[in-house]
Amino acid sequence: MLKKFDKKDEESGGGSNPFQHLEKSAVLQEARVFNETPINPRKCAHILTKILYLINQGEHLGTTEATEAFFAMTKLFQSNDPTLRRMCYLTIKEMSCIAEDVIIVTSSLTKDMTGKEDNYRGPAVRALCQITDSTMLQAIERYMKQAIVDKVPSVSSSALVSSLHLLKCSFDVVKRWVNEAQEAASSDNIMVQYHALGLLYHVRKNDRLAVSKMISKFTRHGLKSPFAYCMMIRVASRQLEEEDGSRDSPLFDFIESCLRNKHEMVVYEAASAIVNLPGCSAKELAPAVSVLQLFCSSPKAALRYAAVRTLNKVAMKHPSAVTACNLDLENLVTDSNRSIATLAITTLLKTGSEGSIDRLMKQISSFMSEISDEFKVVVVQAISALCQKYPRKHAVLMNFLFSMLREEGGFEYKRAIVDCIISIIEENSESKETGLSHLCEFIEDCEFTVLATRILHLLGQEGPKTNNPSKYIRFIYNRVVLEHEEVRAGAVSALAKFGAQNEEMLPSILVLLKRCVMDDDNEVRDRATFYLNVLEQKQKALNAGYILNGLTVSIPGLERALQQYTLEPSEKPFDLKSVPLATAPTAEPRAESTPITAAKQPEKVAATRQEIFQEQLAAVPEFQGLGPLFKSSPEPVALTESETEYVVRCTKHTFTEHMVFQFDCTNTLNDQTLENVTVQMEPTEACEVLCYVPARSLPYNQPGTCYTLVALPKEDPTAVACTFSCMMKFTVKDCDPTTGETDEEGYEDEYVLEDLEVTIADHIQKVMKVNFEAAWDEVGDEFEKEETFTLSTIKTLEEAVGNIVKFLGMHPCERSDKVPDNKNTHTLLLAGVFRGGHDILVRSRLLLLDTVTMQVTARSSEELPVDIVLASVG
Amino acid sequence: MEALILPQWDQGKVSGLLVVAGAFRTEGMFISLQEPSLYTVKAILILDNDGDRLFAKYYDDTYPSVKEQKAFEKNIFNKTHRTDSEIALLEGLTVVYKSSIDLYFYVIGSSYENELMLMAVLNCLFDSLSQMLRKNVEKRALLENMEGLFLAVDEIVDGGVILESDPQQVVHRVALRGEDVPLTEQTVSQVLQSAKEQIKWSLLR
Repeated sequence: MLKKFDKKDEESGGGSNPFQHLEKSAVLQEARVFNETPINPRKCAHILTKILYLINQGEHLGTTEATEAFFAMTKLFQSNDPTLRRMCYLTIKEMSCIAEDVIIVTSSLTKDMTGKEDNYRGPAVRALCQITDSTMLQAIERYMKQAIVDKVPSVSSSALVSSLHLLKCSFDVVKRWVNEAQEAASSDNIMVQYHALGLLYHVRKNDRLAVSKMISKFTRHGLKSPFAYCMMIRVASRQLEEEDGSRDSPLFDFIESCLRNKHEMVVYEAASAIVNLPGCSAKELAPAVSVLQLFCSSPKAALRYAAVRTLNKVAMKHPSAVTACNLDLENLVTDSNRSIATLAITTLLKTGSEGSIDRLMKQISSFMSEISDEFKVVVVQAISALCQKYPRKHAVLMNFLFSMLREEGGFEYKRAIVDCIISIIEENSESKETGLSHLCEFIEDCEFTVLATRILHLLGQEGPKTNNPSKYIRFIYNRVVLEHEEVRAGAVSALAKFGAQNEEMLPSILVLLKRCVMDDDNEVRDRATFYLNVLEQKQKALNAGYILNGLTVSIPGLERALQQYTLEPSEKPFDLKSVPLATAPTAEPRAESTPITAAKQPEKVAATRQEIFQEQLAAVPEFQGLGPLFKSSPEPVALTESETEYVVRCTKHTFTEHMVFQFDCTNTLNDQTLENVTVQMEPTEACEVLCYVPARSLPYNQPGTCYTLVALPKEDPTAVACTFSCMMKFTVKDCDPTTGETDEEGYEDEYVLEDLEVTIADHIQKVMKVNFEAAWDEVGDEFEKEETFTLSTIKTLEEAVGNIVKFLGMHPCERSDKVPDNKNTHTLLLAGVFRGGHDILVRSRLLLLDTVTMQVTARSSEELPVDIVLASVG
Repeated sequence: MEALILPQWDQGKVSGLLVVAGAFRTEGMFISLQEPSLYTVKAILILDNDGDRLFAKYYDDTYPSVKEQKAFEKNIFNKTHRTDSEIALLEGLTVVYKSSIDLYFYVIGSSYENELMLMAVLNCLFDSLSQMLRKNVEKRALLENMEGLFLAVDEIVDGGVILESDPQQVVHRVALRGEDVPLTEQTVSQVLQSAKEQIKWSLLR
């Protein structure tokens, strides 16, 4: 069998590649030999091999040259040499999408497919199906049906697999071969059974009943092929997922029974299917986990890998279920396959105790350089989760992260590390100084702009508050000297923040900024000039407003307002207060264990949501002249039960002196159309209903919107909280549910809705103040008021903090909404903007004895917001 | 004044971009809602000990261009050629591999794929070649038997579907008897070996 193509090749050298210096044109030239008679099969086969080798190397064949070679090749069907014939099939398949008119070999292939030589028939079927399109398929349909049920396994398999490929373009034809496939599915040959089942499933996958029948039929009799078992397990688990039904179903029993199959492949597939089922209980997981545990000690690396990877998945949701495997996982920690070792360690980090962390971290750091970036990110994620679980371990974990940071790595990996370090610094004030200095070191040699600017921003924010802020200046100024413009601009901003907060350093900062004024880049120069001018004023209020705390308006809103302003030139200066505020992120922007990036998305959605409202409201003529929209309530309030005749939800929009209530109504009765729908509101306080904007028509199941405009009381401005009793009024017209025809005549009707409350939170927009103290000083104590309250019903500080934040609807600053453990005092810092655009800041000192005592200090640039806040708290 | 404040939010924009760039590969975080499918194998590769491609067959569009394919092969080779550890996760794909003298065999599938199935393909490919090359699985022998390799791979995987997993069957179907090398050119052991093979086939049939 070991053939020698050419004596010369053998002589020319040990191990050299006879295909190495192939020239495409020379090889195609050689292909002319195909036309010679008699055919030299050996030589021709070798030339075909060369052509295939060229295609395989990624050489591009033009259509003309490919077609020419293809046509020359067709002559080779005259030879009966088996190898040559098989090479022809391969060439046909490879060239089917390069050359033109490949269908001319159809008859030759059909002949081979139905001929006597079994070794030709399978490959001929596959080659034929490759060149066949849906119109020609009908012509060979008869042969295909025969081939599917052929007793020679290779022919049957080839026909089945080719049918599967053909499903994509000729579903309707292949569908007719189901009976033949059904027959093939009971074949004794394991591959034929697998292919037949696969084809049957793909034909029937949209018919759930047929799939269920198929599963029960084949699982009852048992299958021969482990591949077929794997396929059936996947089908069954998908079916289970779609049913999201109970685990008593025969489908689950089938999957579980596969855990006792004699083939490891099937056992693993079943275990993995169970682990991946959504909402699986610990009890259901147990048998799967125990087979995976056995696999952990398998001599086969692939099996160990598969097992530990799946256990890792289990540990994310059910760490306790995996604890039983801890011993086996420990053995894998030293596995020579680093992927397995990494997975074992990260799993142990999730399931193990605090005591084992040091040892595991040491272990993993010994081979960190050998594993791929994908796994490094897995490790960083595990560490991030650990930091939240065991805050006391931050020193060990930080050290580890820093050594990882120093090593080579891609962007994703480095970003994961930086994210993780930043979150540790934020959680843990003890680690701040070491963390910052390591990050300083990192930006000295950081190729990723995004990470460098991010760290510079963090330094500017946190650095000035540390004991020895001057040590960071060198690192930051180095960036100004060495980096490109984006990083330089970030460094200038960071420098300015140091200058704004630290008077001793101010002179030297001014010197540094003066140097930056000469920068080549516009942005850097502008920033430096701006900061320099602000800092030279030496006014705290300016510093706070323009350096330490950024813009609070929404950026798209600002862009639009500015564009509007330039279109209509006026004498008045641009008023920043007319720009809608950016909606501060509502939730703490980091959900547990998910990467920080994932949770931040809602912020963007919220911003655009308010934009949409603003546009909708601006389109209503009654609402002209209300000014800019100040705030829209984040979640619509339901004023009906969800299953009633009419469903009404209300969104509150606050303007400077008015409120607009938007009612989204849906009519769920298919025999009625409502017209002229309004929601009548009866206020308890001094509010005054100005007008109703009705929804003209409300057909079945098509949501409509009506509005109510309310003026806020002018004479008693502190009365902001108010309850409205609501009643929906409308004209009912009966209609025919089937035709949708509506009666001419209608009658008046009304429908009582639940009461709607307006609270102080509706008047205050959340605002993020990065530096609360600076903002506090900026506002000044002109309108400061202080009062003390006792919260008799609240027993813990967390509860108190949560309630206050929710009640006032203001943004907790500097992470003061997190109450450290084992403390009985806490200071909560809140920032917001009162309607009309006045900043309002609240500092609330809490003391826990038996109940919570609260001292509230409120500051604002106006008296009114302070009064309102204190009045409403009381 | 307003325009000059822009640098402030610029910083915010930078971190905003970061969010957008965060197409994060949270490998294994999501429950696989994979369509059950017979399409198991994404690629089969054979590289030499310099990491150069001897054979490559890609069955789907994960790496559509030759350039991307070669980059992937380079990455795969760098990550695997020093260790003999059989399985790895690379670029979000499961890679099972095996080496023999100066050859590196790879079978690549999705990270949701049953690793043992991929392993079955790899073993079948290796054992088939090993038989066809009479245990002499090295670069030179392989290159001299390129058509055998092409035919064997064609019998093992068809368009990403596992066609056959039994090496005996594969060798039998490839059946490269062709025009035998004249006896004079064969060594005695080669003759014996080929006689053995022929007997084996006749028994198998």
